Amino acid sequence: MTRERNSIPYWLSAPGALTVLALVAVPLVMTFTLSFYSQPPGGAIDSTLTLQNYGHIVGDDYYIEIFARTFLMAALVTGVCLLIGVPEAYVLTRLTAGWRAISIVIVLGPLLVSVVVRTLGWAILLGRDGVINKALMAVGLLNQPVQLMYSYTGLVIALSHVLVPYMVLSVWASLQKLDFATEQAAESLGASSLTVLRRIVLPQVIPGVLSGCLIVFALAAGAFATPAIIAGRRLKVVSTTIYDEFLNYLNWPMGAALAATLMVIVLAISLLANRYIERRYKQVFS
Amino acid sequence: MTRLPRPLLAFHVLFAAFMLAPLVIVVLVAFTDKGYISMPFDGASLRWFNEILKRQDFIDAFYRSVVLAATSATLAVVLALPAGMAIAWYQFRGREILVGLLLSPLMVPQIVLGIAILRFLSQMGAAGTMTGLILAHAAIVMPYVLRLVVAAATGFDRSVAQAAETLGASPWTVFARIQLPLILPGIAGGWLLAFITSFDELTLTVFIASPSTQTLPVKLYAYIANTIDPLLASISTMLILLTLVLMLLLERFYGLDRVLGGKS
Repeated sequence: MTRERNSIPYWLSAPGALTVLALVAVPLVMTFTLSFYSQPPGGAIDSTLTLQNYGHIVGDDYYIEIFARTFLMAALVTGVCLLIGVPEAYVLTRLTAGWRAISIVIVLGPLLVSVVVRTLGWAILLGRDGVINKALMAVGLLNQPVQLMYSYTGLVIALSHVLVPYMVLSVWASLQKLDFATEQAAESLGASSLTVLRRIVLPQVIPGVLSGCLIVFALAAGAFATPAIIAGRRLKVVSTTIYDEFLNYLNWPMGAALAATLMVIVLAISLLANRYIERRYKQVFS
Repeated sequence: MTRLPRPLLAFHVLFAAFMLAPLVIVVLVAFTDKGYISMPFDGASLRWFNEILKRQDFIDAFYRSVVLAATSATLAVVLALPAGMAIAWYQFRGREILVGLLLSPLMVPQIVLGIAILRFLSQMGAAGTMTGLILAHAAIVMPYVLRLVVAAATGFDRSVAQAAETLGASPWTVFARIQLPLILPGIAGGWLLAFITSFDELTLTVFIASPSTQTLPVKLYAYIANTIDPLLASISTMLILLTLVLMLLLERFYGLDRVLGGKS
C-alpha cells in the first residue's frame, strides 16, 4: 500500500465508478422517483407526485399476498439450503484433493450453467408425466401423479437447487479458515465425530453460515427466471408481478413501486441481520 | 485428510445426484426420437440437434449473445482493471466508498436493476439497442472482474515494481512488463467469469432487449413460456457443453474454486 497524496488512484478508478454511477445509481434514483408517479390504464405517465402506488401495496390484499408468498418462499428456500448446503460444505473440506476437484465441478459448476437451462431441467422433472412422478408411482408411493409444476413445493425445490451453491461457497470459505488440528485434538480426547461437528466445527463457522443465509435469502426474494417458469401466473411472486406491471399491463409507476418496496425490505433485512451477526460474533469471541 | 463417515458419504452422493439431476435429464431428453418430452431409452436419435440448424432465429440469438458477452466482458475489464489496481495498491480517501460503489450491482436485486436500466435507457432513447445492452451488461459484470483483479493484484509483492522504478523503468514499462503479466491470470479469469455471467444473464436482459436484440436466454425463456419440447433440451445440451468447456478454461487460468469463491 502506498500512501501518497496524489490523484492517480482517482484517475484510475474514475471510468469504472462513473459507469456504475450512470448505469446503476442514476437509474435507481429515477426508478424511485417513477414510483411516486401514476399511470392510468392505457394513458401516459402522470408525473404529479402521489403515494397511491404504495397505498395499493400496503392496502390491497392482492399485493400483500404476493409479498407474503415471496418472503415465505425466500425463507423456505433459505431453510432448505441451510439444511443441505452446510453439511455438503463440510464434506468438501474432508475429501481428498482429487475427489474435491470433481465434487466442486458437480456442486458449484451448475452456478455457471444458465438458470434457464437448470429450471428447464426442473420443469421436465416436475411435470405430471415427469420423472419424479413416474419414479414415485413405480415404487408404489403414489397412486396417481401429483401436480408439482406450478406448485409451491416444486418452486421451493427448484429454487433451492439454483441457490444452494452460494450457501456451500459461503460456508466452505469459513471452513477453510478452520484449524484442522482443533478437530483432531477433540477426536484424540475421545469426542465422537458428531460431538466434534457440534461443539468444535459449527461454532466457528456460524458467521459463514449466516452470511450464506443472507445471500440465499436476498437472491431468492428477487429471483425471476425460476418462479416465472416453475410457478408461472398461478403463483405470482414480487419479481414476476413487477415483470407483468412493466411488460404486460404497462403500468411502470406501479412496477417501480413494487421494485422499490422489494429492494427496501431486502436491504433492511440484510442490514438488520448483519448488525445482529456482528453483535453475536463479538460476544462469542471476546 | 481422514476418512469420511459413512452417513456423510451417502449424503454427499445424494447431494451430487440432486445437483446433477436437472442437467442430466435435459441432456437425456435431447436425444429422444419422439416429438415430445420423453426419455431416449426406447428410441434415440439426433433429430433434435438437426432441428437446431433449421432454427435460424436461435442461431442468430446465440451469435448475438456471444458478441454481447465478449464485448461487455472486455469493456468490464477495461473499466475494472485500473480501478482494481487503484484499490489494491493505493490507500486513498474514499477507497471504501469506491469499493462499495463498484460492487453495488451485486447488492441490488437483478429484477430491480432490470427495470431501473429499462427506465434509464428509454429516457435516453436507447432502450432495446445493442449499445444499451452492452453498457448494462458491462456494469453488472464489472464486480466479478474487479474482485479477481483486486485478489490477483493484492497477492503480489509491490517491491518488484518499485525495484523496476528505481532502475529507471518508465511507469508504462513497469505496468506493461511487470504489473500486467503478474495480474494476468486474474484478468483472464475475470474476463471469462464476466463472459459467462453476461452470456447467461436473463433477469435484466428480458427487460432491455427488443425483439431484434433478443439474446439466447431471453429467446429460450420466451419459448418455454409457450411450450416445452425437445428442441429446448437439445439447445440446452449445447449450452451445458459450452459451459463445461469454459469451466475447464477457467480452471486452467485461475482455478475454479478461487473464481467461484472470489478469493485468493
